Amino acid sequence: MGKTISEKIITSRLGREVTAGDIVIVPIDICMVQDGTGPLAIEQLRKLKRGRERAIGSKIFAPEKTFIFLDHAVPSPRQEISNTHKVLREFAGRTGVRLSEIGEGISHQILAESFVNPGDIVIGADSHTCTSGALAAFATGMGSTDVAVAIATGKTWLKVPRTFLINVKGEFPKGVYAKDLILYIIGMLGADGATYRALEFAGETVEEMSISGRLTLCNMAIEAGAKAGLVGSDGLTRAYLKEMGREKRFREIKADKDAKYERIIEIDASKLKPMVACPEATDNVKPISQIRAKSIKIDQVFIGTCTNGRIEDLRLVAEILKGRKCAPGTRLVIAPASRQVYLQAVREGIFEILIGAGATILSPGCGPCVGLQGGVLADNERCLSTANRNFKGRMGNPNSQIYLSSPAMAAWTAVKGKISDPGEIM
Amino acid sequence: MILKGKAHKFGDNISTDLIAPGRYFHLRNNLPELAKHTLEDADSEFIKKVKPGDFIVAGKNFGLGSSREHAPTIIKLCGISAILAKSFARIFFRNAINIGLPVLECETEKIAQGDELEIDLIKGTIRNRKKRLELRFRPLPRVMVNILQDGGLVEHIRKHGSFKL
Repeated sequence: MGKTISEKIITSRLGREVTAGDIVIVPIDICMVQDGTGPLAIEQLRKLKRGRERAIGSKIFAPEKTFIFLDHAVPSPRQEISNTHKVLREFAGRTGVRLSEIGEGISHQILAESFVNPGDIVIGADSHTCTSGALAAFATGMGSTDVAVAIATGKTWLKVPRTFLINVKGEFPKGVYAKDLILYIIGMLGADGATYRALEFAGETVEEMSISGRLTLCNMAIEAGAKAGLVGSDGLTRAYLKEMGREKRFREIKADKDAKYERIIEIDASKLKPMVACPEATDNVKPISQIRAKSIKIDQVFIGTCTNGRIEDLRLVAEILKGRKCAPGTRLVIAPASRQVYLQAVREGIFEILIGAGATILSPGCGPCVGLQGGVLADNERCLSTANRNFKGRMGNPNSQIYLSSPAMAAWTAVKGKISDPGEIM
Repeated sequence: MILKGKAHKFGDNISTDLIAPGRYFHLRNNLPELAKHTLEDADSEFIKKVKPGDFIVAGKNFGLGSSREHAPTIIKLCGISAILAKSFARIFFRNAINIGLPVLECETEKIAQGDELEIDLIKGTIRNRKKRLELRFRPLPRVMVNILQDGGLVEHIRKHGSFKL
């Protein structure tokens, strides 16, 4: 019987046939924590070890496949977090697990750039672990305890998900990008519309979409409640892996033509508009036409994160900002998603354009997305962000409001000072 | 085993950002301190009202958003002995089970703020004697019953050496 991408990957890793609904114990190819979730995982590892001699938790199953990313609070803004970072560094030093230091970038970006391969099973103590599905890996977010057990045993349990197929045809109109597509999908499904499902993105629009765009799509699968977001691997995946120095790891993984889907959603990309997720929910999505007339003044634009902090995003932003300046009263904060992106932006002269327009550049990391530093909002301020969440208090102040959009809309909004349609100048 | 306590009502889509706000990130290593801010942005009075043994009773999609396990952990530290909701977000649900906190899906519209509830985890019932209300919660998947009965995932793994599905 035909398999979905999830069924294929798990079948392949287990060496036996699985179908959606099966409860399985799977081996893990990549396991990660970040600086917000790592310490709790280490504590749980310690507890696993207590009381038995040959105890689970006394050894790391596969240090070379275990990652700690310092990305949420970097560089550390206060001593409690510095002490946390110290604990994580010491743990890495002792056990040999891989440590990604401050300034290297966001976990999901680095995993995609350097480590994930088609067919991998990836689990992370971060809900946006699903990002790596863009490379046809089965990647899903879990909590610190689940990941601690995985670090110790090399395994986790999961239920093979049912899948929604999202078939996208047609070309994006001017000013519309992958981010608008996924915002549209989340608005349509709702924040719990795909709970426990895998979302497969397919169709000619996706087949022609860059890996960067695919990463954006898969990154936000969780925002509809999904367990995973996946794109079949193809020529573009191979080219990406080649560019990143691991072409040999390419495998073609696509759903079978007769795969069983729980739901099939057809989208005509040519009919899409630039979208905005309005406060205070990721599924509170409206097209720009409904927003523009309200003249929503924006105090801070934030461009970056695992959703849209890649070189392709920054190039587009630079194209829009070239020869222009931020509107008075509108701050612009930009955080490249990784050191690789940062260096590439330097080489391409992108930062000169961004800074010339008035941007503040942060070091690679999550930036103000998580509400800790790098652009916490004042009372009653509004931020337009290229991140993936706009819940109350998300960016550090419950008395502020967050809108989500594509990098193109964010850049144009920085110039106009209010939420604006990038189609106007593209 | 019967749990007894008062219901604290919340609406739909209570995110983990509301449960454990990001501005308290630095308190993640001091869970008792972080617990003082539990659900602060949803109800600033919650932490003053809650008593050990009480329940959170919410609408749909409770716990959506981030995978921060600190969210169910501080709820448990506040003394909450079970969370009832119309539905739960996936990662939160799994995390709650992993730390031994019962998460029960049922028709929560019928429960009001302050209702005294009795929950029988074995029989699967939720009762309010005053209102003569009896609800049933959706049975947990067997894997999760196993983990919960052992007190959480760490305890489960230590007891069995691996996952006992």
